[in-house]
Amino acid sequence: MLDSVEPYVTADGRTIGGVLMDMRGITLRFGGVEAIKNISFDIREGEIRAIIGPNGAGKSSMLNVISGFYHPQEGEVWFRGEKRAAMKPYQVARLGIARTFQNIALFEGMTVLDNIMTGRLTHMKTGMLSQALWYGRAQAEEVANREVVERIIDFLEIQAIRKTPVGRLPYGLKKRVELARALAAEPKLLLLDEPMAGMNVEEKEDMSRFILDVNDEFGTTIALIEHDMGVVMDISDRVVVMDYGRKIGDGTPDEVRGNQEVIDAYLGVAHD
Amino acid sequence: MNETASSGIKSIPDLLARNVARHGTKTAYREKEFGIWQSWTWTEAAAEIDALATGLLTMGADVGDHIAIVGRNRPALYWAMVAAQRIGCVPVPLYQDAAAEEVAYAMDHCGARFAVVGDQEQVDKIADVRASLHALEHIIYLDGRGLRKYDHSHMTSYADVQAAGRKSGRIADVEGRSAARSYDDTCVMLYTSGTTGRPKGVVLSNRNVIETSKNSAEFDHLKAGDEVLAYLPMAWVGDFIFSIGQAMWTGFCVNCPESPDTMMTDLREIGPTYFFAPPRVFENQLTTVMIRMEDAGRIKKWLFDHFMAVARRVGPAILDGKPVSGVDRFRYWLGNLLVYGPLKNTLGLSRVRVGYTAGEAIGPEIFDFYRALGINLKQLYGQTEATVFITQQPDGEVRSDTVGVPSPGVELKIAENGEVFYRSPGVFVAYYKNAESTADTKDAEGWVATGDAGFIEEGSGHLRIIDRAKDVGKMADGRLFAPKYVENKLKFYPNILEAVVFGAGRDFCVAFVNIDLTAVGNWAERNNIAYSSYQELSQHPQVLAQISDHVAEVNKSVAADPMLAGCQVHRFLVLHKELDPDDGEITRTRKVRRRTVEEKYADLIAALYGGKDEIYTETEVTYEDGRKGKIKATLDLRDAIVAPTRQVAAE
Repeated sequence: MLDSVEPYVTADGRTIGGVLMDMRGITLRFGGVEAIKNISFDIREGEIRAIIGPNGAGKSSMLNVISGFYHPQEGEVWFRGEKRAAMKPYQVARLGIARTFQNIALFEGMTVLDNIMTGRLTHMKTGMLSQALWYGRAQAEEVANREVVERIIDFLEIQAIRKTPVGRLPYGLKKRVELARALAAEPKLLLLDEPMAGMNVEEKEDMSRFILDVNDEFGTTIALIEHDMGVVMDISDRVVVMDYGRKIGDGTPDEVRGNQEVIDAYLGVAHD
Repeated sequence: MNETASSGIKSIPDLLARNVARHGTKTAYREKEFGIWQSWTWTEAAAEIDALATGLLTMGADVGDHIAIVGRNRPALYWAMVAAQRIGCVPVPLYQDAAAEEVAYAMDHCGARFAVVGDQEQVDKIADVRASLHALEHIIYLDGRGLRKYDHSHMTSYADVQAAGRKSGRIADVEGRSAARSYDDTCVMLYTSGTTGRPKGVVLSNRNVIETSKNSAEFDHLKAGDEVLAYLPMAWVGDFIFSIGQAMWTGFCVNCPESPDTMMTDLREIGPTYFFAPPRVFENQLTTVMIRMEDAGRIKKWLFDHFMAVARRVGPAILDGKPVSGVDRFRYWLGNLLVYGPLKNTLGLSRVRVGYTAGEAIGPEIFDFYRALGINLKQLYGQTEATVFITQQPDGEVRSDTVGVPSPGVELKIAENGEVFYRSPGVFVAYYKNAESTADTKDAEGWVATGDAGFIEEGSGHLRIIDRAKDVGKMADGRLFAPKYVENKLKFYPNILEAVVFGAGRDFCVAFVNIDLTAVGNWAERNNIAYSSYQELSQHPQVLAQISDHVAEVNKSVAADPMLAGCQVHRFLVLHKELDPDDGEITRTRKVRRRTVEEKYADLIAALYGGKDEIYTETEVTYEDGRKGKIKATLDLRDAIVAPTRQVAAE
């Protein structure tokens, strides 16, 4: 079924559509180091796609290729049926791709609300002058954008910290604010770089629920990198496994779990 | 006496109609949503209620059906209660944080056919126990988030029910049912949390609720322009009376917070004029203020300390209208300008005209702090069975050690054994499907046993409560044992969250203490004391030393009362976990379940009486999601300094 590009309905009733993003033969080098070696995989519309692998496997590099931060030396990136030319990250953002970072990248001195408002940047059309003067269309635009942001605040249950500067928040909440900012862009594809790193069990459960809810309510396609195998296997539709820049597995969580190469990479191989 | 009935008002929906006619364009409900206070006038609220009532009617709700309502305080859920009453159904609000089995018990007991719930969490909770709920036909949910994939054959959104109701055009049927209600029909059924045994469904009639609301609203001169913040559990009788009974009677505005976490911010934004909170809310607020003052600059700290001393000295007297010298009045005025005013504003209590605390005894220190600031905080004593009000404190006669004079229409009597009985228009109809308990509690003449022991103070006529009547016991040598009396004294220390004292039939008393993580944690931070868990902090030698001092002080004050001198705490320990409603150790309203604690920690009690210095123990805990785990700990058992009593001194 996964080989076909026909839409299908998952066991829990979500519709997975055609290919949204197709990575074809991606190779990424830093000088002599090959971080990614000829990897191909696709992300289908509406699915939760996980990229897993041991440290240094090249997962974050792959995410950076998708987000347009790195440009692969070889291979092609196809988005929504079109080959994507080398782009700047802000151009990629305009295409409808938003992300969160492994090391939280928020504006620490700004309030949660203001941080999330920055996520609306790509949706603002009025110029700097009219925004500064708070006049005419700029006013209406800000109100409309604020409404979108407030709905996200409600969705992620962070009303209580709306006016709190981000610097004062605990780690788990910062992660949630970062997710909120990415959602504010109303992305078609959401990239999450280790959304659950450093969280306790309860925070992980909350975050898993939010990821599933985002996918379900907004129909957002999600690609995520995560170390916690339990979480990955529970929430993803398909999993790509990387090791030393190579792809060593690709399939449903069950298929990947049974893959010998994956087991070896994770558990190590005995050398006699 | 039957004035209201004769003026044509026989139910809450009648009051609603009267309010629409009287002040239709005034704001009746507010709720903060998406960062903005959304509001509904009486006319708009009535339209929403009618739509839902018609919807429920078309779905087949019959007269006399019970409709369960579970969720956090939201206008739509208050409307659901009135909508149920409008078509002759009985609303049954349930605690939203109750475990699935508790919800199941109540829903099964009342045979609810419909449930109106807040969100996915409640839907899931009911789904877990649905197999055992044979009567339940349909769930109506307010917030559809996460519910899209659920099977909707027995589930509908609140908005859809309303839409179906509007479309059906059967409003005449609703009016017909509403008109057929009598003053003695059931208004609401509330399950009491019950410190012992199964919860009981208390049936309250329209008469109970409306008479009580009228009397209490007149007692405190509540009026249409008042504002309340509805944040206490909807299943609690107090919230029903404040947010529905009194709100409907006087026509004041009910404000619902954005989320449980934003309560303090929302409180500040609304600035209620009529405010109710259990002692723990006032304690938490005071603790927060004190912690923040510890971190304040030197000038601010000095200002605060100086003017708070002035306030403590003359504030309560000014509030009670007693004579105070001109100089002190000026000092207080200055203090109000510099400290009290801004502080009250920060607490969201600037506009409070009438404030109440009840449910537990409040520490005199805490009580006086708020009174000193000029906040008219009073105490009341009540029960679900009395439709809240038994006694309350009139303006100008407020003290921390009494619970006031009988509320209007209430008669009191004290039995031989000290138990307090009352009779009033608010006395409940019956416990639902439990004639036996009804007969045990209420006699043929309508006198109800409170289960509390107390006495009426000579001179003032105020009621003083000592303890639960069944908890008051005798020690081995026959001296009086009143655990709550001692526990309350212990709990007045900010470091101590909870205390449980044992000693009935024993030679001496021992105590369990729960530290307050906010207060002790902050102290640890300021003193560079590292700890990795609640458990570790609770057993820290310096923490134990502090608690030891508190116990010694309490013993000294207990010893001063010859009647209760036997209740001094001889040995104590600090528990390694907080007493938790999920483990059944305290009720949802935070009252200790003495028997459960006694059985669960029997090993610890034995060790305290056995004279050991430490004990290893394993305790089962239930996590919020229902899973169980075990925590292991070695606890320090300590001897406390016992003060000499008069008897001992005489020997």
